[in-house]
Amino acid sequence: MRDVAVIGVGMTKWGELWEKSFRDIFVESALLALDDAGVDRIDSMYVGSMSSGLFVGQEHIASLLADYLGQAPIPSTRVETACASGGLALRLGFMEVASGMSDVVLVGGIEKMTDVSGDEATYALGSAADQEYEGYHGITFPGLYALIARAHMEKYGTTREQLALVAVKNHKNGAKNPLAQFPFEITVDSVLNSVMIADPLRLLDCSPITDGAAAAVIVPVEVAKKMKKPVIKILGTGHATDTIALSSRKDITWLESTYQAAKQAYDMADKKPEDINFIEVHDCFTIAEICVLEALGIVEKGKGGEAYEDELTFLEGKIPVNTSGGLKAKGHPVGATGVAQVIEIVKQLRGEAGKRQIKDPRIGMAQNMGGSGGSSVVHIFERE
Amino acid sequence: MPTPSRYWREIPQRYRFEANKCKNCGIVFFPPRLICPECKKREFEETKLAEKGKILTYTIIRVPPRQFVDQAPYAVGIVELDDGVKLTAQIVDCDFEDLKIGLKVKLEFRKIFDEGEAGILCYGYKFVPE
Repeated sequence: MRDVAVIGVGMTKWGELWEKSFRDIFVESALLALDDAGVDRIDSMYVGSMSSGLFVGQEHIASLLADYLGQAPIPSTRVETACASGGLALRLGFMEVASGMSDVVLVGGIEKMTDVSGDEATYALGSAADQEYEGYHGITFPGLYALIARAHMEKYGTTREQLALVAVKNHKNGAKNPLAQFPFEITVDSVLNSVMIADPLRLLDCSPITDGAAAAVIVPVEVAKKMKKPVIKILGTGHATDTIALSSRKDITWLESTYQAAKQAYDMADKKPEDINFIEVHDCFTIAEICVLEALGIVEKGKGGEAYEDELTFLEGKIPVNTSGGLKAKGHPVGATGVAQVIEIVKQLRGEAGKRQIKDPRIGMAQNMGGSGGSSVVHIFERE
Repeated sequence: MPTPSRYWREIPQRYRFEANKCKNCGIVFFPPRLICPECKKREFEETKLAEKGKILTYTIIRVPPRQFVDQAPYAVGIVELDDGVKLTAQIVDCDFEDLKIGLKVKLEFRKIFDEGEAGILCYGYKFVPE
């Protein structure tokens, strides 16, 4: 297997992009990635999108986007594993380059979520849960994570304030990210006084509905070394599944798919949790970030909430988490999220993260998750 | 929203609580499965869900999907039945303040929602305190 590096990244500002179409949102970010890499043609591409069919009534998007990116007739593949579609696009692109099939591959993700009503968006997102045995009974996505939150609070003593601190920290970082949908700070009080969505989760515990795309160009390391950009090597990749019905899991508070994906990535990279300098994680709801840190082995099982009391994961902490602002502040166009995480890792490792730059990071990790944890994708990166 | 055939197909589970049990390791599955994820064997015997259990976790849905708008706020929980099956459903006939993890509940056949356009009444199971 060949070593693979990320050589170009691109992302435009996320938010409610009324004036921009599905195809334009993607192509703008993809062109930025091509420019950043210094290439104008690619051998192949992978696009993560959870539900373009329900959000914009458009399927067959891999060909549509390859065409509008000016790259037809290259092979182009759509990838779907709910909200982890972007992370999985990177993994498949990695496999294609590592195998020697292609040299220059673009991996991207997109979701255009505001062309439908809030009701319809809720329905589309709900299709990542078990429609017959979860959705049928009136559970929503905030509801599923609320079930996890309540169980975690009962089992481990995690507090409402600790959950709020996850959102406060991510907004603090997001305020320093000019591409974020909500680049402003919030307080614990504002989280605790925001409207209740599904007890105990409130509005400011939830990531938003967002239009956005993200793209990255990957090449073999030996090719990357001849190019002008810093070489950000993909050290490890992992991908795992779990029951999509939350109720079927042995432990409702434990994200087994994330644990398994991380184990694969750590083994491949020959790294341990303590070797990781910073992480982008899938904080679709505040409780998710806490459970993910436990499954990644960054904190002990059950101790995720406590980590927020001593600011371990804050920008100045020992292991900064979601320096980009996370899904909470940066936005969550579901199919694009996993690729945007990679962009933040690359920017931090290159020293291009502006006001949110952490000091001299060498190894970063990205964790992207589908549904209530029915799938998870983990990657580890290192600056050569 | 369920088409008639999609709705009809689930009736054995939703009306009669039909499950299956792995003949090799004894685990009960709901809905029934064709292969046991634990031992990979494919021999099962038919069974029905235990109808009593306890709440493992719960929430109050305040922003509901469209077909549940007239019911919100309502409680949804994950309940572990006495046969080990865990399932998600509404918890009704109970004040929200009385809900707690560990509360004993039983399974009952109830209407879940009205399907607006075709007027289908969608039935299934809900939990009520014992």
